[in-house]
Amino acid sequence: MTLLIEESASSTQEKTRKVRGNVRLREHLMGWLFVGPFGIVFLALLIAPLGYALYLSLWQKKLIGGTSFVFLGNYVKAFTDPTFLSGVWFVVRFSLVAIPLQILVALAMALIVDAVISLFTRFSRLMIFLPYAIPTVIGAVMWGFLYSKSFGPLTDIFGLFGAPAPDFFSKNLIFYGLINVVTWQWAGYYMIILYAALQGIDPSLYEAARMDGASSWQIALRIKIPLIAPALLLILVFSLIGTLQFFNEPQILRYLAAGTIAPGFTPNMYAYQQAFGLANFNYGSAISFALGGVVFVCVYAFLFFTRKRRSFF
Amino acid sequence: MTGSAGARRRPQRHLPLQIFLGFLVVYFLVPFWWVIVNSSKDAPGLFGGSNTLWFADQVDYFGNLQRLFTYDGGIYGRWILNSTLYAFAGGIGATILSVMAGYGFAKYRFAGRRFSFSVLLGALMVPATALVIPTFMMFSGLGLTNTIWAVILPSLLNPFGVYLMHVYARDAVPDEILDAAKVDGAGELRTFLQVAFPLMRPAVVTVLLLSAVASWNNYFLPLAMLSDNRLFPVTVGLGLWQGIASANNSGSTSLWSLIILGALVSVIPLVIAFFTLQRHWRGGLSVGGLR
Repeated sequence: MTLLIEESASSTQEKTRKVRGNVRLREHLMGWLFVGPFGIVFLALLIAPLGYALYLSLWQKKLIGGTSFVFLGNYVKAFTDPTFLSGVWFVVRFSLVAIPLQILVALAMALIVDAVISLFTRFSRLMIFLPYAIPTVIGAVMWGFLYSKSFGPLTDIFGLFGAPAPDFFSKNLIFYGLINVVTWQWAGYYMIILYAALQGIDPSLYEAARMDGASSWQIALRIKIPLIAPALLLILVFSLIGTLQFFNEPQILRYLAAGTIAPGFTPNMYAYQQAFGLANFNYGSAISFALGGVVFVCVYAFLFFTRKRRSFF
Repeated sequence: MTGSAGARRRPQRHLPLQIFLGFLVVYFLVPFWWVIVNSSKDAPGLFGGSNTLWFADQVDYFGNLQRLFTYDGGIYGRWILNSTLYAFAGGIGATILSVMAGYGFAKYRFAGRRFSFSVLLGALMVPATALVIPTFMMFSGLGLTNTIWAVILPSLLNPFGVYLMHVYARDAVPDEILDAAKVDGAGELRTFLQVAFPLMRPAVVTVLLLSAVASWNNYFLPLAMLSDNRLFPVTVGLGLWQGIASANNSGSTSLWSLIILGALVSVIPLVIAFFTLQRHWRGGLSVGGLR
């Protein structure tokens, strides 16, 4: 009798184990069914191209002798190629000026729009965000018109003061011309992200600070900015990834600023020129991959130094 | 700037701040204004006109529009349609994949989940443009370059959309509701479509908007993939015109007024979508920004 009971007990245990195993299996299966379609696209259009780029970048095509394996030869060539290096130096310099500027403008606007509630600030919020809806290419085309000597307004405006108009397509000023385009394009988008983060702060914090005699400035500097630090970090990382890949704006303005923007102005433009202009796909892939590496290292170094990795993801 | 109890009850005005904001608004609107004004001019008005920030004597939007849509056999209209197709196909496809994957990552503890999710997070850092050259090589081997698929297929990939949907599904879809639905006899798929999906709708709209806009704005990828200008999206098309117009300045002055109006027309659908759907933009951005 006891034996029988024990036996039945052990068999139910086994049964539950089996059922639980089925549930686990089902969980695995359903999970992969949901993630699978994206996984296939991810493998086919991200992992495969990355692997292929790496493979391509290890070979070199010569006019005589065909394609040969050169291992890191293309990378050695890239990192000693003055055009590539000057392109990297340009985007790094550009990031160092453009990103802080955009974020400062965005932060100032977000703080104003958050603190001052009026019909005008609501309207401003929309208008400042508007450039984000414009494709970067069209934005660059539009600023190209404004910079133009023949039909831009700069000649008129500076003429009022009897000064010659600045030529943003010249070698000296193209840097600032591009900074302006990029700031115009992205500051509003960053402002909206920061504004959304500011709206998420509990207003009772401000009241408590006011009780303690804090001014609006102190509230902004000591409460608001520290509390939206994760959003600031997110913007910094996104703008760093975007700016190092700089392509659309200089590529479009290249036609107008003939002679100032060379085909190898930024690393991405150089890769494009090598691959599609000169059919040098191996070297183009190596440049793309090297640029990807530069981006990866920059972002990780940045995240490491800010040590906020956990709060970001 | 000190806030007393009375100032809190009344909305604070901060006049200097508002004036400062006013200057910024003017700066952000100047390019739009310039394009609106100058797309009404003909070539002589554009180049000989004395006032570049105000209308000329002759305002000729209709004539310019007619020239824009008939130039080169109406190629501009085709570009707009192409852009629309790429934006819709890429946007809807990317959204379906993102919603499913985000839900799968959030709600199922499957083997390899942790590993594949960290690969996904790593992929957020991969610069999209680094993929263009090898994808071109792969597609050219498959005979896919210079077809619409060369533009649509790569825009199906949206790792950020998956990340966003994962965060949203994790927080906005309670496990208890899903379990209750399953106890009531709903299958996994039905639970997803009829219970989870309605709860995720705000984020779905945001991902749809973000990915549609990303494919509408795309330039590098179609520029590399397409050589037949009848397949171009409007971004690549206008870039082409601008290159032609800048190359021979004297011969193609009339093309400049087409480019200006073309830029304006291509922006209008986006501006409308932007104003009517602004609630969804902000909702999703705060999800991405806060967590």
